[in-house]
Amino acid sequence: MLSEEERREIEAEFPHYPTRQAVCIDAMKIVQKHRGWVSDEALKDISELLGMPLAELDGVATFYNLIFRQPVGRHVIYVCDSVSCWIMHSDRQFRHLRERLGTAPGETTADGRFTLLPIVCLGACDRAPVMMVDDDLHGLLEPGKIDGILEKYR
Amino acid sequence: METPLTQNVHPVAAPPDRGAYERAGGYQALRKALREMTPESVVEEVKGANLRGRGGAGFPTGLKWSLVPKDAPHPRYVVCNADEMEPGTFKDRVIMEGDPHELVEGVILCGYATGADAAYIFLRGEYKLAAQRVAQAIAEAYEGHYLGRNILGSGYGLDLYLHTSAGRYMCGEETGMLNALEGKRANPRAKPPYPPVVGLFGKPTTINNVETLSNVPHIVNHGAEWFRKLSRSKDGGTKIYGVSGKVKRPGWWELPMGTTVREILEEHAGGMREGLRFRGLLPGGASTDFLTEQHLDVPMDFTEVQKAGSRMGTGTMIVMDDRTCPVGMVWNLTHFFAQESCGWCTPCWSGLAWAERILKAMEEGKGQPGDLERLEFQTKFWAPGQTFCALAPGAAEPLQSALKYFRDDFERHIRDHGCPWADGGAG
Ligand SMILES: Cc1cc2nc3c(=O)[nH]c(=O)nc-3n(C[C@H](O)[C@H](O)[C@H](O)COP(=O)(O)O)c2cc1C
Ligand code: SF4
Ligand code: FES
Repeated sequence: MLSEEERREIEAEFPHYPTRQAVCIDAMKIVQKHRGWVSDEALKDISELLGMPLAELDGVATFYNLIFRQPVGRHVIYVCDSVSCWIMHSDRQFRHLRERLGTAPGETTADGRFTLLPIVCLGACDRAPVMMVDDDLHGLLEPGKIDGILEKYR
Repeated sequence: METPLTQNVHPVAAPPDRGAYERAGGYQALRKALREMTPESVVEEVKGANLRGRGGAGFPTGLKWSLVPKDAPHPRYVVCNADEMEPGTFKDRVIMEGDPHELVEGVILCGYATGADAAYIFLRGEYKLAAQRVAQAIAEAYEGHYLGRNILGSGYGLDLYLHTSAGRYMCGEETGMLNALEGKRANPRAKPPYPPVVGLFGKPTTINNVETLSNVPHIVNHGAEWFRKLSRSKDGGTKIYGVSGKVKRPGWWELPMGTTVREILEEHAGGMREGLRFRGLLPGGASTDFLTEQHLDVPMDFTEVQKAGSRMGTGTMIVMDDRTCPVGMVWNLTHFFAQESCGWCTPCWSGLAWAERILKAMEEGKGQPGDLERLEFQTKFWAPGQTFCALAPGAAEPLQSALKYFRDDFERHIRDHGCPWADGGAG
């Protein structure tokens, strides 16, 4: 079941669009904000609230990089793997994170603290290599600097 | 040198709020348009300014606005393309984080000129700071009666909403974006009909890039002739150029349209880092053809870069030095396009995956004789007109031009069974 709060936040988006289906991205993002990911059950509740076929909603959900259909860690580390960061050695940052966290890209640490994900260009190529942890952007990365950044996310 | 677009952008301080923006002359253009100009005369001014779309394709903006038929039904929409997912591109972020009211004013002027009732700013999900700042600017614009019913007592009304996306390159393609806004998968639509006639929710819709719209307040304030004179070329205005890669000072600069590649690279970006040599660059994001040494004096505008065999695209260059492997670089780019293909057309989803496998094999020492011909054969199927949208033609550009300019490097990978650079050439 959607919580009171989730439902209220989703309904607040209704006046912004002429159809309910158009609210589906916002709805999934709202649920994800509260629960960390979008479960099958949550998807079904959203589809009922919006009057949108479940299969179509799932098709939309899986189209996007930032909608999680499985649980993730408390913090998500997105490391840019696009071209300017690659030129500036993003591979070394990936290698370092992999060793440091003991996880491959796409996986979550055993203590549930971090999920490591590759992501496309974050639009900060003049500060490459770049990663985003949750909502915060960190540029000009080096392995030593990464350790200090991770400390801030418990 | 005048830098109207970024005059209020500060490297670290918060952007101007409504009051500060107004004190710097903000919302004067909107007042002027509503009081002294008809929607048609706003369109004429933008046409006369030779403003061309900054989203990458360079379509003339005034002409685009005039494609909404006079008697078109309502509601009509404006959609601002703020998806900025083209690898190597970081210019719209500068405006949205640095002077969000400028964009909001541009959107309202576009709405007035095209008779729109509602507008959406379609922002990529990863731009969290931009989302905060644009949302704040929209709220302040409502408070100042620049949005909503009966703006400044003019009788014209517009609602503006911020839509934050959830990360997919295809959403930046304009008809994919319309589907995304309707809550559907962002596959592109068949054209015609074009969005000015049948667009968002089936209604007439004008779609423009962030940088494009942010120029409009300045055109309305100072006139078409002033705007044309900002430029060193036929395309009007200034341009936010950017440089990334191993140069001394990566960054962005607002410069006259038509500034040469050399000036941007050497004077503004400071040239290559110590000990590195320039080999080539993608002039405007991942989906543009390489330019090399011989093209350094090409002026960066839509016409001249095209004559040199590439496209200005987004105007943010990605520089390749002599220790970066061209095969590795093109593999990285092709991986991006293959991953982001929406799967609608076979030459795109299947061909890109195939090309990516060939490039990966080559980089790992498993290249085969005939691979270059196989890659060239694939790029032919991604040519404009062969696919539903411009993603596949864009993917062809870096690959086909790398095969032309850096052919020796490709051949060497096959001959020597591997990448001659340590670290896969990201070094
Ligand atoms: C795959 C693909 C992605 C695109 N991404 C963007 C984008 O992120 N931002 C943008 O302004 N234009 C993007 N475009 C171009 C748009 O389709 C469209 O031409 C542009 O938004 C029009 O605005 P303009 O005339 O102001 O440039 C993309 C095109 C394609 C084919
Ligand atoms: S060219 Fe590629 S991205 Fe564009 S519609 Fe076809 S499959 Fe989709
Ligand atoms: S390529 Fe990494 S931020 Fe643009």
